[in-house]
Amino acid sequence: MTPAAGSTRATRTAGNVVSWRAIEPAPVVLITGGEEFLAIRAMERIRHQLRQTEPDVERTSLDASEYAAGQLELAASPSLFGEAKLIEVSGLSSMNEDFLTDATTYLSSTVPDVTVVLHHDGGARGKKLLDAIKAGGAPVVECQPLKKDAEKVEFVNREFRDARRSIEPGGAQALVAAVGSSLSELAAACSQLLSDTEGTVGPDVVERYYGGRVEATAFKVADAALAGRGSLALSTLRHALATGVDPVPLVAALAMKLRTVAKVAGARGSSAQLAREFGMAPWQVDNAKRDGSGWTPEALTRAVRVTADADVQVKGAARDPVYALERAVTIIATSVNRRP
Amino acid sequence: MSVWDDLPGQSAVIEQLRSAAEAERPTHAWLFTGPPGSGRSNAARAFAAALQCEQDRPEDRGCGTCHACHTVLAGTHGDVTNVATEKVTISIAEVRELITRAQDRPSSGRWRVIIVEDADRMAERTTNVLLKAIEEPPPRTIWILCAPSPADVMVTIRSRCRPVSLRIPPAEDVAELLVRRDGATPEAAGYAARVSQSHIGVARRLAHDEEARERRSRVVSLPLNLHSVSEAVVAAGRLHDLANDDAKSSSERRNAAEREQLLTALGAPETGKLPASMRSQVKQLEEDQKRRAKRAVTDALDRAMIDLTTFFRDVLTLQMGTSSELINEQIRAELEQYASNTTAESTLKRLDAIGETRQRLATTNAAPLLALESMAVSLL
Ligand SMILES: [Zn+2]
Repeated sequence: MTPAAGSTRATRTAGNVVSWRAIEPAPVVLITGGEEFLAIRAMERIRHQLRQTEPDVERTSLDASEYAAGQLELAASPSLFGEAKLIEVSGLSSMNEDFLTDATTYLSSTVPDVTVVLHHDGGARGKKLLDAIKAGGAPVVECQPLKKDAEKVEFVNREFRDARRSIEPGGAQALVAAVGSSLSELAAACSQLLSDTEGTVGPDVVERYYGGRVEATAFKVADAALAGRGSLALSTLRHALATGVDPVPLVAALAMKLRTVAKVAGARGSSAQLAREFGMAPWQVDNAKRDGSGWTPEALTRAVRVTADADVQVKGAARDPVYALERAVTIIATSVNRRP
Repeated sequence: MSVWDDLPGQSAVIEQLRSAAEAERPTHAWLFTGPPGSGRSNAARAFAAALQCEQDRPEDRGCGTCHACHTVLAGTHGDVTNVATEKVTISIAEVRELITRAQDRPSSGRWRVIIVEDADRMAERTTNVLLKAIEEPPPRTIWILCAPSPADVMVTIRSRCRPVSLRIPPAEDVAELLVRRDGATPEAAGYAARVSQSHIGVARRLAHDEEARERRSRVVSLPLNLHSVSEAVVAAGRLHDLANDDAKSSSERRNAAEREQLLTALGAPETGKLPASMRSQVKQLEEDQKRRAKRAVTDALDRAMIDLTTFFRDVLTLQMGTSSELINEQIRAELEQYASNTTAESTLKRLDAIGETRQRLATTNAAPLLALESMAVSLL
């Protein structure tokens, strides 16, 4: 995507600061600030731009905190066929001494056809190096987290404008309210709306897509699974995962439903008594009693255990977190005697 | 009195260290190992004190009364550096700083002593940097590394250090220490030493903290009240709350004291707004404390599960008819009844379930409450 004239004009404000939407490859590019998503976008843009002119560009990734002396020089040394090189260095905020030394040396003798992108996500470490980079005239991309809703609304507007589309002010606000806590989610939501809808996007469309999205979906999956409606649970789950819902809250919803059902199952006493005992509202107790009617103690035990397994797996223990979740939902749904 | 007084049950180690401290040129690199709570870091500090002791006759070193002994034990001796980490790993930068420090000649003492309390928490690359320093030490520098077991440090390090291995002290010796040093009653000390399985730090806390004792006995009696899935899930919730209370009570006091100390050290004004430069340091401390709070909850959960394990180990002891003393002697009648209603095989399964949950909570980002629920239903 080439930058549309006007909307992504390089905004050189203070010194050599360049917007992440407008950054171009340079011998050294410095990306600062804690909003990782914007930093990734800036890096992707540089990569993309380089490949336009140098399709065979050779890319190396380095971590400044685990850096070993000489790595930078090695990565920058000319290759046999003289391809252009892109060296991306992350972790500058915890850079080690070796990196500081090598990077300082490199600044004074950059290598032609090599683009070095440095990412420093905040803090005082390596300030001298950063100052030297800035003083040398390298472009600096500042990726500060977008804190104000107005900034996020502006972000949404730009995403739409870059795709030559538009969103109504109410729509942008609704979107920010629904998924604005994470910028990457906000961007994913924008791209989904752009691909799924046509014309100007209004608040009604946003509401249909993202109104109470994650919680509602997660509980829909959990409700279906605990009621023994396996195919409904699985299809809802797959749809949720396909639209980018994080598996972690899905497991949390299963755990929460199982918890209330398990507490109430087999417990003696009136709804009011149980509500007091378990810290729930009486109607929650009644719902849990109804949900728990098809469950034997053995089935509940199995369901709790398989959910705990899935929790560990979606958090990194499994190669296939989606399968872990599908397995849990399937076992839960087939463990219950389906309600008529 | 001497610097060796507070090392219960370690007479062999004391003998070894005492004669090393008498030597004209003691070995310059040591590896102290022993299970958690056995007193590794206390032993390292006692040895450092004996090395710096000002007594004229070498056989009197480690007197515990001279200025050098006092300051080493208090952690304020200028030639003794103690590195303890609350973090997961010691960084390469920290080790480089230590190595620089190791080059300095001692200023007032006989030796420059550097104690690394968690030598096992180092990446391989960091260890290699340290290795070079240990191989070619300055003439008056002594390194003391501590780790749970020799296998926890790289073999290259291990082979260059003289080993000192502490054992799990007998419960009587721990109890004696609690009575003598902390003024605990013999009953409280005996109970604390036994149920902590001779973990000195845990035993001290149990001996003088009524609430900690109360929390422990509630944890240990959990299995007695598990008859249904409902009770198991409720019990898991309670265990979760107990561990959080435990972590809170142990960190709150310490956090407030640290903040106070920092403000004093910075010379902060008594009232009004803090200057910006101080605010950032206070904020840094608060962030460190927050990180540590998470670790404190993990540690408290782990402790709770160790305590829960003692219940089933006692049950197994009874089921196998081994006549050894029970850890939880105070609830023997209940344990006997539980043991007669279940089988040894099921006890082993329950111990496995607890072990698996401990492992999960220590090594993954598992949701603690859900993990505990899964464990609790497995104990039914
Ligand atoms: Zn002395």
